[in-house]
Amino acid sequence: MDIKLKIWRQKDAADKGKFETYDLKEVSPEMSFLEMMDYLNSKLISEGKEPVAFDHDCREGICGSCGIYINGRPHGPERGTTTCELRMRFFKNNETIVVEPWRSRAFPVIKDLIVDRTSLDEIIKAGGFISVDTGSAKDANCIPIPKNNSDKAFDAAVCVGCGACVAACKNSSAMLFVAAKVAQMGLLPQGKVEASIRVQKMVEKMDELGFGFCSNILACEYDCPKHVSSEFIAKMNRDFFSSKVCKQKVI
Amino acid sequence: MIKLDSKIPPGPLANKWSDYKSSLRLVNPANKKKLEIIVVGTGLAGASAASSLGELGYNVKVFCFQDSPRRAHSVAAQGGINAAKNYKNDGDSIYRLFVDMVKGGDYRAREANVYRAAEVSNSVIDHYTAIGVPFARDYGGLLDTRSFGGVQVSRTFYAKGQTGQQCLLGSYSALCRQISKGTVKMFPRRDMLDVVVVDGKARGIITRNLITGEIERHSAHAVVLATGGYGTVFYLSTLALGSNASAAWSAYKQGALFANPSFIQIHPTSIPVLNDYQSKLTLMSESLRNDGRVWVSKVEKDKRHPNDISEEERDYYLERRYPAFGNLVPRDVASRAAKERCDAGFGAGDTGLSVYLDFSQAIAKQGQKAIENKYGNLFEMYEKITGVNPYKEPMRIYPAGHYTMGGLWVDYNLMTTIPGLFAIGEANFSDHGANRLGASSLMQCAGDGFFIIPYTITDYLSDEIKTPKIPTDKDEFAVAEKRVRERIEKILNVNGAKTASSFHKRLGKILWDYCGMIRNAEGLKKGLELVDELEAEFWKSVKVTGTKDGLNQELEKALRVADFFEIGKLMCIDALNRDESCGAHFREEYQTPQGEAMRNDEKFAFVAAWEYKGSNSPELHKEELKYEFVQLKARDYK
Ligand SMILES: Cc1cc2nc3c(=O)[nH]c(=O)nc-3n(C[C@H](O)[C@H](O)[C@H](O)COP(=O)(O)OP(=O)(O)OC[C@H]3O[C@@H](n4cnc5c(N)ncnc54)[C@H](O)[C@@H]3O)c2cc1C
Ligand code: FES
Repeated sequence: MDIKLKIWRQKDAADKGKFETYDLKEVSPEMSFLEMMDYLNSKLISEGKEPVAFDHDCREGICGSCGIYINGRPHGPERGTTTCELRMRFFKNNETIVVEPWRSRAFPVIKDLIVDRTSLDEIIKAGGFISVDTGSAKDANCIPIPKNNSDKAFDAAVCVGCGACVAACKNSSAMLFVAAKVAQMGLLPQGKVEASIRVQKMVEKMDELGFGFCSNILACEYDCPKHVSSEFIAKMNRDFFSSKVCKQKVI
Repeated sequence: MIKLDSKIPPGPLANKWSDYKSSLRLVNPANKKKLEIIVVGTGLAGASAASSLGELGYNVKVFCFQDSPRRAHSVAAQGGINAAKNYKNDGDSIYRLFVDMVKGGDYRAREANVYRAAEVSNSVIDHYTAIGVPFARDYGGLLDTRSFGGVQVSRTFYAKGQTGQQCLLGSYSALCRQISKGTVKMFPRRDMLDVVVVDGKARGIITRNLITGEIERHSAHAVVLATGGYGTVFYLSTLALGSNASAAWSAYKQGALFANPSFIQIHPTSIPVLNDYQSKLTLMSESLRNDGRVWVSKVEKDKRHPNDISEEERDYYLERRYPAFGNLVPRDVASRAAKERCDAGFGAGDTGLSVYLDFSQAIAKQGQKAIENKYGNLFEMYEKITGVNPYKEPMRIYPAGHYTMGGLWVDYNLMTTIPGLFAIGEANFSDHGANRLGASSLMQCAGDGFFIIPYTITDYLSDEIKTPKIPTDKDEFAVAEKRVRERIEKILNVNGAKTASSFHKRLGKILWDYCGMIRNAEGLKKGLELVDELEAEFWKSVKVTGTKDGLNQELEKALRVADFFEIGKLMCIDALNRDESCGAHFREEYQTPQGEAMRNDEKFAFVAAWEYKGSNSPELHKEELKYEFVQLKARDYK
């Protein structure tokens, strides 16, 4: 198939950036989206031009490195799919495909399609952990956990940290990302001890880093490649307010 | 002259580690604060090490090439993580796990190290559970386990098909906690390009900042490499595209010995190569062989749809050849059996290079829901890539380059032959011999990081408490930096016409053909020649666009490919040297009439540790493997 690509090119963080258009012929529908980008890049290199920079690593939908805004949607038109899992068979012959980086104040562009997502790590550093030192744990089966709770915790823990939820949100909110981590840890007895401090610190950090507020449009859930459910946001809101009401101090 | 000393402590197997641990020297908390440690890598090994060392109070600096430590390729591990808990009451024990690993590794691993890995496995599960890793549970609320290839007990803990992700996120959260406490400093988007040795000791590394292009010097009292495996040498593999050999290779060039480089595991169940543009092979976890049955048609070149091939016409060749273990034979055995059927003309699909993995019986027996619960995400992944629904028809699978048992040689302290330079996780060679058993890598990586390196590195550092902070303006840093800069200049100046990836792809094909699942002396010699030629061509005609400043992914790739040529040659040399078949190393000349691997314990019960002496003439050092506790036997899975 033949396609036309409109790709955002930006030399570095300081550059203003602009769209460039490329015609690409003989694209195989079996290619993954990133293999199509490899193919484009090999052409650009052979023409002596700079290839398009994009983040990627595992190419199997689990590391969360890839993240491209394709035709106005994070990770493209297919639901439940990361950019690296997206296949060209989902596009039409002669289609024009618009390719952009994540757009969010909290994710400045580094080059072309690569953005800086370290703000997500900052949120985890604020409280996305259980404070147990190595060596102090008891036998793992000392704490029975109802299967439903542990399965739910797992459902929240599948987040790959790609940032699609932020890119999908018109307010650039990171609520789904934060809520998933808060839920995972809060649903487990091990994580309950720090639950109220955790939620306060993580939410505070999210606000501080310039992520927007949540207005319940839930585009985040729709575009999450891992189907993380927005019910975790509701749960976090409850946890957050009850932690405030209980006045447990954040130290 | 290097003399290999494995430093295995004396005494009965079961007491070695505990006795040794209590004899190791300590560093008091006030002194720990003054000591710096560099950890390169944030996978299960690196993130676990860095967080534990931070908890102990050391000053830790951690590096990874991705934008976040959470993306290390450990994240992709699917099936599970072993531990000798014996929760299933099925006769498991530390000793049993140890024996399984020694046997699975075809008697080419060091007993004492393997036993220790098995011994700390239980603590790994306890710790991960305590820090919130949501392992699968039974209705009673306790942890569930499943079976993996090569064993007859159920000792594999799992979190659906995302065990690696969940364990890695556990280690990452512990790491983040230390970063927020200030004991650990994180340096993402850095490529380690060289190691700095001062007065015989590892004292730092040279990195390239992948955003600014700056060449940076970092110093420490000790350096830990946790940089993962180099299976990407085959170009197409189950590894991440950024996985590389460069960090370990730079250590090799500075004097660390490289052990058993040709021991590379070919995983039997990956989605086969579908087209020429493919950049990656996606693994379908070994755990699928618990419920899936492997077969090919009994009819040669059978192009019928698999659902149209009747039960009588199907050859369940693993069950046929290995009735005791059936579909759960170890990986090397399963891979070769698949290749044998395909080479004989019975392979499935258009290319004839695949076999079926069939769940129809399991689905009929247990119901689709049960199968979905166990493997849902894997089935989804398969369908996304191939467009085929594996609930309705069998998957097609084929072996793919996967895991490197070979790696930097380390002693019992996990220290390389360069004092102060440690290697942990997949980057070292120590625990899996010539073949790794499923689910034992996560176990080893986390064990190395959480429960072994904190002890052994402390013993080493107890001699360093008087050493002040290492200045980076020493000559040795300047020399190493110069080496790095010159290599970058050299690669940029070639200015040819072919991309680094195109060379990588060609290199991968040569190594796959001549140093892959099946090898022979003639082929290996040929392979060596071909790699040499290709390497020469690379240095004449590679094209790297852009400059050394700023983000330049083509430069990153080219630097890695340049190292892959060199390690590819060492793989061939190592495979050629080992005139026997063992584990993943299968030399056609050495097989039984039934086509099984034939070891030669008299001549080859050793670790082949290579010393760098220029690119084509490495020097071999042998570490004899003494089996005190298990008896060497022919591996038998029949
Ligand atoms: C698809 C797949 C499935 C698997 N499934 C299982 C399983 O179910 N069970 C099991 O036990 N094992 C499994 N394995 C094996 C296991 O996942 C790996 O062996 C293990 O995770 C390796 O961990 P590591 O910490 O040594 O390295 P990695 O997790 O690979 O981490 C390497 C780290 O080093 C960094 N790094 C590398 N090179 C450089 C450099 N030059 N400069 C700076 N940083 C660098 C990277 O950024 C990364 O942080 C699987 C492997 C694969 C590929
Ligand atoms: S590259 Fe890892 S999720 Fe896409």
